[in-house]
Amino acid sequence: MKNKVLVVGAGGAGLVAAINAHDNGSDVTILTKDYPTRSQTSMAQGGINAVLKHSENDSVEEHIANTLKSAAGIANEDEVTKMCSEAPNALEWLDNIGVQFSRTSDGKIAHRRLGGATGDRACYAQDYTGLKILHTLYDQVLKRGIEIKNDMFLLDILTTENKVSGVSVLNKRNGEIEIYEAPAVILATGGYARIYDKHSTNAVGTSGDGLAAAIRAGARVSDMEFVQFHPTALKNSSILISESARGAGGYLLNSKGERFVDELLPRDKVALAIHEEIAKGEDIFLDIRHLGEEFIDHELPQERKLAKLYENVDPVNDLIPIKPVAHYTMGGIEVSKDSQTIVSGLFACGECANHRVHGANRLGGNSLLELVVFGKEAGISASKFAQNTDDIKAASLDSNILDEISEYTNEIDFYELRESMGNMFYKNVGISRDKEALQESLNTVKEYLSKLPLMGVQDKSKIYNTNLIEFLEFKNMLELSRLVLKGALDREESRGAHFRSDYPVIDEAYSKHTIVDINGVVAS
Amino acid sequence: MKIKIQREELVEYDVASQEGSTLLEVLNFIKTKVDPTLTYSSGCRSSVCGSCAMRANEKEVLACTYKPQDGDVIEPLKNVPLIRDLVVDMDKALEFNAKSKAWLNSCDTTPDVSEEAEKLNEVQSDCILCGSCYSACPVYAVNSEFKGPFSLTRVYKYVSDVRDADVKEKIDTVQSTGIWDCTLCNECTMVCPQDISSKADIEKLRMKSSQYGYMDPNFGNFGGGLSF
Repeated sequence: MKNKVLVVGAGGAGLVAAINAHDNGSDVTILTKDYPTRSQTSMAQGGINAVLKHSENDSVEEHIANTLKSAAGIANEDEVTKMCSEAPNALEWLDNIGVQFSRTSDGKIAHRRLGGATGDRACYAQDYTGLKILHTLYDQVLKRGIEIKNDMFLLDILTTENKVSGVSVLNKRNGEIEIYEAPAVILATGGYARIYDKHSTNAVGTSGDGLAAAIRAGARVSDMEFVQFHPTALKNSSILISESARGAGGYLLNSKGERFVDELLPRDKVALAIHEEIAKGEDIFLDIRHLGEEFIDHELPQERKLAKLYENVDPVNDLIPIKPVAHYTMGGIEVSKDSQTIVSGLFACGECANHRVHGANRLGGNSLLELVVFGKEAGISASKFAQNTDDIKAASLDSNILDEISEYTNEIDFYELRESMGNMFYKNVGISRDKEALQESLNTVKEYLSKLPLMGVQDKSKIYNTNLIEFLEFKNMLELSRLVLKGALDREESRGAHFRSDYPVIDEAYSKHTIVDINGVVAS
Repeated sequence: MKIKIQREELVEYDVASQEGSTLLEVLNFIKTKVDPTLTYSSGCRSSVCGSCAMRANEKEVLACTYKPQDGDVIEPLKNVPLIRDLVVDMDKALEFNAKSKAWLNSCDTTPDVSEEAEKLNEVQSDCILCGSCYSACPVYAVNSEFKGPFSLTRVYKYVSDVRDADVKEKIDTVQSTGIWDCTLCNECTMVCPQDISSKADIEKLRMKSSQYGYMDPNFGNFGGGLSF
């Protein structure tokens, strides 16, 4: 048991953490609710930011400055400095393990410009950057023989006297609850943008299970009200069209064919400009026709494929109809300088954590970077912790959520509520918010929470019950939705991705983080 | 539009309202509005995570890209243990990646990769591990230990990477239940959603193997007599 590290989540952050904990000498097991290569990281397209030796007209200092500027006053300068300074090493490591980066004519890793950056800083692998990083990490996990348990849904983090003793998971294949014991647990479970349901670019499982479990275990989360809306998702399907399309020179046009915003501002500003055009009755389009077929096929093959498949337009000849949708959640589990939470032995990294590097608005290209830099930090920290822990508690289950749910009456269809909640969030807690809409939404969420026992699961099978899994995910999303709304109501100003039409300017009194635990706001 | 889905038995659903939708949208419609017990996997909805591979009219498809037609029959992937409805257990299939040693053995100093060298295996690194090729492969009917199309493509990806320090280890590894067991039937290529040809990659691995002194074990056995 000593020296055991559990990693929950097998996206980019989880795999990096697992590799580093293993290489630091720990016995690692990865638990994932699907399979490693099916995570959100596979969907990251545009690139990973790093100023490299061959970068021209760019510097680590500028990377730091751009990140801080986009964060609008609520990032931690030390953490941002750490992330940007580590970036060259992170890229060297990824290159060293075989990621298929696109190359310059002299064999160096190619760069492209993304929003909010003063230099060409995003290293990319066509527009499959996340996919290729994720699969390479997976191959390295296999090389090390690290144990992976697939189809395990996180229920709870088990603690004794505020110390981690392990986790409980639902084995999806047989419906049984299993307990895994360890003195150190790393959460790398991804974000919570699916609270917006179909108005999100995210994969269906992006339900914030790790955040919800962390709160239940006594950890704190922060900045939940900051949700990034990606300016360019396909209009009908919310499928992401990468920022690299604008980085390469794509235009945003309204119905009159006019450009209305500098396409390479940070995402919060571009999304707001689009939102205002849509409010005027305009349809919005992304135009990359002038980039030419050869360039598009070489640099943006996935974008062309997605536009054809899901919107029936060919970007080589047609305008691409787009709308902004929820894409990345800046909020996350509060961690200290070594990626540890206030629960002893509980660590977090990736989108589920808040390392205070993105502040009020993340820069494109910084999320893949974050998961490499802080995944490593979390892996090494957890490994050291596990090696130095003698006082190991036995893990036990004190309550069984599944028994509780089996008593629920099933009078209300939660799928209907999930959909209406997503619509409500997009309308009321979206790019533009105000007190009345937020309060109304909070009342609705509280009502849903109180009615949970009237919902439930129709499928009674123990075998791979996705109806049950989706209900557990919905419950997690409801719990997190309340915190998003609480933070958005309390923050009576506009900053980064949080725009309040009733308080449209930034207010220095709010230059602080909103920190909450299971009992509510503890500090801000 | 009516489609049939292979569950414990073949069940027909009338999904007239879903004309023009993807198969995944149709499945979501059934699950959330008609029958919440229908079981399948999905993730990204945008053909990059590999979760929703299944078969439509006996051909492997990603549900998130396939547009169903009236009368379609939807079934789970083949060659893998069935868990429930359209969900299969990919554990053993994925283990072939490790058995094939499909990873990079890093060099002490990483060489630069020229544009041309990067293009050598760009398409192989587009693989999303959806398992379509594995399901379509006829070899599993006779050889359950065949290392299989996606793993061998992955091996070729690393074997052709200038940054790899131990090509020989991988070539040695794919000799048994590997590249010579493939029948070159091309079924894997036909169903790959990422336009990867594992057959072509296996042929390239065979050529590479000859550089390391390996020969096709299926040759040279003629006239050797069978020991009755």
